[in-house]
Amino acid sequence: MFHWLEKNPFFFSVGVFVVIAFAGLIEILPNFAEASRPVVGLKPYTVLELAGKEVYKKDACIACHSQLIRPFKSETDRYGQVSLSGEYAYDRPFLWGSKRTGPDLHRVGNYRTTDWHENHMWDPKSVVPQSIMPAYKHQFTNLADIETAYAEAVTVKNVFATPYGDEFQGTRAAWEAHKPAVIAEAKTITADMKNQDVKDAVEAGNIPEIVALIAYMNRLK
Amino acid sequence: MQSNAALEYDYSVAKLFTYTTILFGILGMIIGTLIAAQMAFPELNYLIGEYGTFSRLRPVHTNTVIFGFTVSGVFATFYYVGQRVLKVSMAESKFLMFIGKLHFWIYFVGALFATVTLLLGYSQSKEYAQYEWPADVAVVVLWVLWGISIFGLIGIRREKTLYISMWYYIATFLGVAMLYLFNNMAVPTYFLSGGLGDIMHSVSMYSGTNDALVQWWYGHNAVAFGFTVPIVAMIYYFLPKESGQAIYSYKLSLLSFWGLMFVYLWAGSHHLLYSTVPDWMQTMGSVFSIVLILPSWGSAINMLLTMKGEWNQLTENPLIKFMVLASTFYMLSTLEGPIQAIKSVNAIAHFTDWIPGHVHDGVLGWVVFMIMAGLFHMAPRMFKREIYSKKLLETQFWLQTTAVVLYFTSMWIAGITQGMMWRAVDEYGNLMYSFIDTVAVLHPYYAIRALSGVLYLTGFLMFAYNMIKTMTSSRELTEEPQFRSPMA
Repeated sequence: MFHWLEKNPFFFSVGVFVVIAFAGLIEILPNFAEASRPVVGLKPYTVLELAGKEVYKKDACIACHSQLIRPFKSETDRYGQVSLSGEYAYDRPFLWGSKRTGPDLHRVGNYRTTDWHENHMWDPKSVVPQSIMPAYKHQFTNLADIETAYAEAVTVKNVFATPYGDEFQGTRAAWEAHKPAVIAEAKTITADMKNQDVKDAVEAGNIPEIVALIAYMNRLK
Repeated sequence: MQSNAALEYDYSVAKLFTYTTILFGILGMIIGTLIAAQMAFPELNYLIGEYGTFSRLRPVHTNTVIFGFTVSGVFATFYYVGQRVLKVSMAESKFLMFIGKLHFWIYFVGALFATVTLLLGYSQSKEYAQYEWPADVAVVVLWVLWGISIFGLIGIRREKTLYISMWYYIATFLGVAMLYLFNNMAVPTYFLSGGLGDIMHSVSMYSGTNDALVQWWYGHNAVAFGFTVPIVAMIYYFLPKESGQAIYSYKLSLLSFWGLMFVYLWAGSHHLLYSTVPDWMQTMGSVFSIVLILPSWGSAINMLLTMKGEWNQLTENPLIKFMVLASTFYMLSTLEGPIQAIKSVNAIAHFTDWIPGHVHDGVLGWVVFMIMAGLFHMAPRMFKREIYSKKLLETQFWLQTTAVVLYFTSMWIAGITQGMMWRAVDEYGNLMYSFIDTVAVLHPYYAIRALSGVLYLTGFLMFAYNMIKTMTSSRELTEEPQFRSPMA
């Protein structure tokens, strides 16, 4: 049979494809419906939090931080309750990571505060003297892309039925109507911050990346 | 053309991909060495503003060495090996020649575009699948073009039986096509929100645990079909060609090929042990990872036994040395991987530096060594000149071997140290170390790893210099060498 296959490239390729596709069919498909069900009480990300998640992706925090607490006592002691599948239901993409050069962040909102993040992102060594994490000062001047975050909310509402309210519509008017709510949420973050330039920017209706990122960090609980 | 006439193979596309292999290799390894150094000396994060931080550069490093260096090497060797084992020249078909060149240029422009988008921070944040959707579209186009080249050449072949290397190239094509497509399924938000926001942005079709499953089915097997399958294609061609020895066993190559195809895809879930994916999937991942030793070692042993009775070549020909060491590192890393996939070992190893350690003994020792050996074998035949310097080759070999050993030993120690410290408890059951203690203790190992990066990069620059000299100013050859590559 193999000699015959090696002279018939078409059937050879079909054979290879069937053999490699087999595992995916059996291992991945069965879990699909089950694993995407949210835990009770889980709310979709706000637009500001989504924009913060975008900053998390843009600066690739995932390169050094995980968001997955494994079922070991040493992990639950250090980071909090073990992670559950349903908590990730609105995570597109998932951000579990594969490397902990820094600590896990899945429940960082439980034990770090806005002002801690502000100091830490400006200069990590100021709060953790031996830290090898770089400073992310550019997040204090770059603006978060809240319009794209809103577009993402509308998209997941329409395509994946993520439960956002009726006011989330794919029109510029709907976005302009929602924008003040995003600014208001940003102000609740800057109320606990000390950087005057960041506070002024938010007053003027511009949200620096750091504000969105902290909103996202505080949400991780 | 008569089938018994000597064929004049056309290497113009193979040459183009050879240049990009060298170019992306240098770029990817410079960035890799820089980010390794950043972990030991964090001040190095601030060389080029926000674009120079470890986190922004790490995906640039991985994507440049995977989709830049390795994939270029796969294409370069395919456009060389494909013609020769199918006994047909690219020059015989104007159409295939056009497709080949188009393939190259779309690849090259696409790779530059994708690299710039990563530096700017456009990222899906899925490992080795960071490219946003416009770059993904470019990848699909160039992959289809490669498919046309493969099956086009097969369509006009004179040698009716596909040689082992062709099996592996075909599998690479099919495997990556399937994995890449499914893992990168995403919805561009611009088009579904009435034109709001950034046109580059997209959102994954899968969420949470599902996304994790698809991602590591992809992530693990992108390694399989990028770093294993096509590299095995290379060694099955270049080792017998360079040594003048026939493959030791046809049956062993059959067993390892079909075994590898079937088993590899199951193993992806070993990246998700102790996560929220169902237990039975985790166990399947563990079990099949162990089974994977068989087909992996099958190929490697087949290669080593091919040298039976001819081991003297190891001392005489540095290219044989490269290839034998490559298959030895392949054995090491395909034993190490399954060990890490055992659940109790994984509990310690996961999230630590042992994992990049494992990746790098595979890629530095196996992938890069094999690609360099392949290109060195091709150079005298493509450029009709002898290899510029044997001495340089020998020095490069020992320099890079030392570098690989330093890399994996330091990362083994670092990883196991960190894994043990994370779980250490005192007599009352309290955690003994704060997280930062486990970072500070790793400094010496990070410094050793950075040094190993410098050594390996230096070796690669020697390879690049040797290749460029071979292309341009080495002694010309009057006829094509049959087996052993001539070198000065």
